[in-house]
Amino acid sequence: MNGPHDMGGFTGFGAVLHEDDEPVWHDGWEPRAFALVLAMGMTGSWNIDEARHARERLPALQYWRSSYYEMRHYALILQMIELGLVTAMEEEKGRMAVPAKPVKRVAKAEMIPAILASGGPASRPSNRRQGFSIGDKIRTRTINPEGHTRLPRYARGKPGEIITVHGTHVFPDSNAHGHGEDPQWLYTVRFTAKDLWGKDTRDAVCIDLWEPYLEATS
Amino acid sequence: MPHDGHHHEHDNEGSELSPLALRVKALESLLVEKGYVDPRALDVLIDTYETKIGPRNGARVVARAWTDPTFADWLTRDATAAIASLGYTGRQGEHMVALFNTPDTHNMIVCTLCSCYPWPVLGLPPVWYKSMPYRSRAVVEPREVLKEFGVTMPDEREVRVWDSTAEVRYLVIPERPTGTEGWSEDELAELVTRNAMIGTGVVTAPA
Repeated sequence: MNGPHDMGGFTGFGAVLHEDDEPVWHDGWEPRAFALVLAMGMTGSWNIDEARHARERLPALQYWRSSYYEMRHYALILQMIELGLVTAMEEEKGRMAVPAKPVKRVAKAEMIPAILASGGPASRPSNRRQGFSIGDKIRTRTINPEGHTRLPRYARGKPGEIITVHGTHVFPDSNAHGHGEDPQWLYTVRFTAKDLWGKDTRDAVCIDLWEPYLEATS
Repeated sequence: MPHDGHHHEHDNEGSELSPLALRVKALESLLVEKGYVDPRALDVLIDTYETKIGPRNGARVVARAWTDPTFADWLTRDATAAIASLGYTGRQGEHMVALFNTPDTHNMIVCTLCSCYPWPVLGLPPVWYKSMPYRSRAVVEPREVLKEFGVTMPDEREVRVWDSTAEVRYLVIPERPTGTEGWSEDELAELVTRNAMIGTGVVTAPA
């Protein structure tokens, strides 16, 4: 979707304000909100692509004016209400009104180190034929899907060159919509600043892109 | 304002909390009441990213790469395994790639679509990395963004920006500063900043 999350190339958001010796948190609610998002993710009620898509589906102005932890908090509520894990009224009141729905797992404190240390690799075996090799020239497709995609708008319909082959990985465009992991070949594609932006510099942008986003050029 | 990260459910300071803080607190109560989350697990998660996982991990990777050519070569071929050998693995670092800065190329990392970041080696991302200005501008005007960080790149050096659109996570290996010959790995690690490992900084030796 062409949502508010697809930020690459926008102007008008001002200077990058950076802080020396920045603390991990800036307000007391941030660590609690962060931990709630992670802990609810560990219930196995959604995958990472569904979680990202929930953030993208927030109203654009709400997305842009929210801080990172605030945005994740709103998206968490959206997902839990959609799945019936909590009701809007429960969220409003902060009190349980209907029984809990069963979840796949409740992460106990002693399970956390192992869960974090193992993570969730996205590589999957696949019988799909590898369509491109290092050095191949490609063009990204011009697509504007209604659903989730990881092909940024600024890199659609652009010529590039394959510089890395990462193997087959979970395809977010499918996995974010309950259509299965559908592993696809993942490549890093190098685009020149000239092709992306019409800039006469030697600079480049490298983007990780799945094969369905790409077509061969002669 | 740093915070101790502990609960407040038993205090009476609710009226001093912002509306958002109150909503987060209410949500925590609800999710604990419904049995979806273990409050002690929340404390462990917070403590992990507050005190255990942070940019000092990445600095150790960089210092090892500077002092051990075999490790640097391993990092080039299989960064995930090389970094795991130092004990840094897991969530948001499952597929690591190390990007070595050279006199010809300066690497810089962004995630334009969300805020993907290599947590096991750098911890949680700083506010500016997640901000709309950085996410929007890093790909289109990286040299101007670098100037705002006090870094001026010569025209003849390629600035190569890596947009983290998949589950691959990048760690920039900055150039080792001159004047550090013979330094120990620990001394070198002290020099390595978070921004240098994102690519919005360079490492310099003290004069």
